Amino acid sequence: MLYREAGQFSVRYADDRRFFRLRQDRLGLAALVLFAFIGVPLLGNDYWFSAILIPFLLLSLAGLGLNLLTGYAGQLSLGSAAFMAVGAFAAYNFELRVAWLPLLASLLLGGLVAALVAVVFGLPSLRIKGFYLLVSTLAAQFFVPWTLTRFSWFSNDSASGVISAPPLLMAGYDFSSPAGRYLLTLAVVSALFWLGANLVRSELGRNWMAVRDMDTAAAVIGIPLLKTKLLAFAISGFYLGVAGSLWAFTYLGTVEPHGFDLNRSFQILFIIIIGGLGSILGNFLGAAFIVLFPVLLSNLAGLLPTGLIDAGQIENLQKMAFGTLIIIFLIKEPEGLARLWQRFRERTRRWPLRH
Amino acid sequence: MAFFFEVLIGGLLAGVMYSLVAIGFVLIYKASGVFNFAQGAMVLFAALTFVSLLERGVPFWLSFLVTLATMIALALLIERAVLRPLVGRSPITLFMATLGLAYIIEGVAQALWGAQVHGLELAISDAPLALGGLLLSQFDLFAAATAAALVVLLSLLFNRTRIGLALRAVADDPRAAMSVGIRLPRVWAVVWAVAGFVGLVAGLLWGARLGVQFSLSLVVLKALPVLIIGGFTSISGAIVGGLIIGASEKLAEVYLGPLIGGGIENWFPYVLALLFLLVRPAGLFGERAIERV
Repeated sequence: MLYREAGQFSVRYADDRRFFRLRQDRLGLAALVLFAFIGVPLLGNDYWFSAILIPFLLLSLAGLGLNLLTGYAGQLSLGSAAFMAVGAFAAYNFELRVAWLPLLASLLLGGLVAALVAVVFGLPSLRIKGFYLLVSTLAAQFFVPWTLTRFSWFSNDSASGVISAPPLLMAGYDFSSPAGRYLLTLAVVSALFWLGANLVRSELGRNWMAVRDMDTAAAVIGIPLLKTKLLAFAISGFYLGVAGSLWAFTYLGTVEPHGFDLNRSFQILFIIIIGGLGSILGNFLGAAFIVLFPVLLSNLAGLLPTGLIDAGQIENLQKMAFGTLIIIFLIKEPEGLARLWQRFRERTRRWPLRH
Repeated sequence: MAFFFEVLIGGLLAGVMYSLVAIGFVLIYKASGVFNFAQGAMVLFAALTFVSLLERGVPFWLSFLVTLATMIALALLIERAVLRPLVGRSPITLFMATLGLAYIIEGVAQALWGAQVHGLELAISDAPLALGGLLLSQFDLFAAATAAALVVLLSLLFNRTRIGLALRAVADDPRAAMSVGIRLPRVWAVVWAVAGFVGLVAGLLWGARLGVQFSLSLVVLKALPVLIIGGFTSISGAIVGGLIIGASEKLAEVYLGPLIGGGIENWFPYVLALLFLLVRPAGLFGERAIERV
């Protein structure tokens, strides 16, 4: 009923190539974007902006970065947080040392530096894969924070290694309020998601999937493996780098290497497992889950009489619940929440008829 | 020069401790092709259970037996609840499942026994022992002896028993093993139980060294480069890999550290492992040539 396709014909080739072929989907997306840009800033409060919406958007972006590499190009990585750290520190240093550079340019340059670093650590992917590649990316995960703490130039010789992000001034407007930071994040994230969603439908995206499914066959039909794999690392690094610099600038307001440790890499990996490998929507679903689940759990614990469960136990419970969910998802629905959503949509297309 | 040898031998002995963890990986990888990220969590779980029993006044040998029984029960549970439903899935999926498993085991261990640091005394003095002009830690020597005993025990199990024969058959070719009537799930359960036993031994030694605490589960990250160097499928490779990592890590820390700054032991093994990968992708003792493109 909701999804009446009757009367919607593709009459030109361009119609067939659209991202959403159904009018309802297009309208729904437009409404959602409008609501996110206009409705949410009017309705939301500071807690929602700072504690939920901004981390949700940034984790979605980081998830997309890893998903391009792992879900689309099939290269396993546990170094996501390291590339985020590179992006954050690079953006900070650009902002600090090149005064005339606009904020947005610093963010993008941060992403580009992260892309370069990702390519360096992606080089071994030409010879090795699977678990062996994990070692290369783990090397990044340990090497990058060490470098950033060891050489104090990166943190502008600050004694603690923790530095505060610059004020968010852009074109004369101050984006430092929670709503402003939310809008800035939302704008960058939507632009990059639009780009990413189209990227995976392009020739490059199809090459990635060919390499993922069987790289020998991909090489045989003439896909340049070197270029394809390194581009996957570069673009994934760029996305993670931008996510990292925004994480420091708009979410935390401080830049420090220890916020980007191995646990963050695991968190991003969990986002794409739960959300769905090789899916654009899955990044949002997985990130929403990762952000909201702990909040839900601690709220539930707050309903119980005080003293029954302490904070440490909540953390343990959370760990157990995440672990269990990962295993359940891998067993029951390897394609994640995105696949569940797709099934639900198929249902609504037929509803209320059964066949 | 004596200092050099002291550092070298100290590193080699520390490497034995890495090998202890790596052996647990190799066992599981050989028999089921699963890269078990939860091995570190199993080490933590075993050590925590053991030390908590000990603190409640249970005698040493009884705690050991009870912990061993717990590890075996855990292995059976893992086989039934995680491995069996995922049979035939890609190695990456299985790896991610063990990641989830690691979270569960860590959560359960800490929920049961608390997160504080427990001291563990194994009644071995840590006093340095003068041997031919070199000062060596007695504890390290004991750990090395334990590792040697463990390797002998495991090779006896593999080469002299019926179940060992089954294990080797499965490692060689799971399909052929199944077709001659070896029950794969049972072999997996056995191998996870043995890995649990190895984890218990590693947990006791590591726990006595570092104190039984959450960071025990992070030794898995130390074992990964060891596996790369030694190969995923060879127990002797795990030992040699551990020795190489331990020795080079300590030497690098002492001689390279002052040049480029301390704390390099976190990433140095990984860089070493990467260099090894470029030269010998299957590791020193690995049998299966890994796929390259």
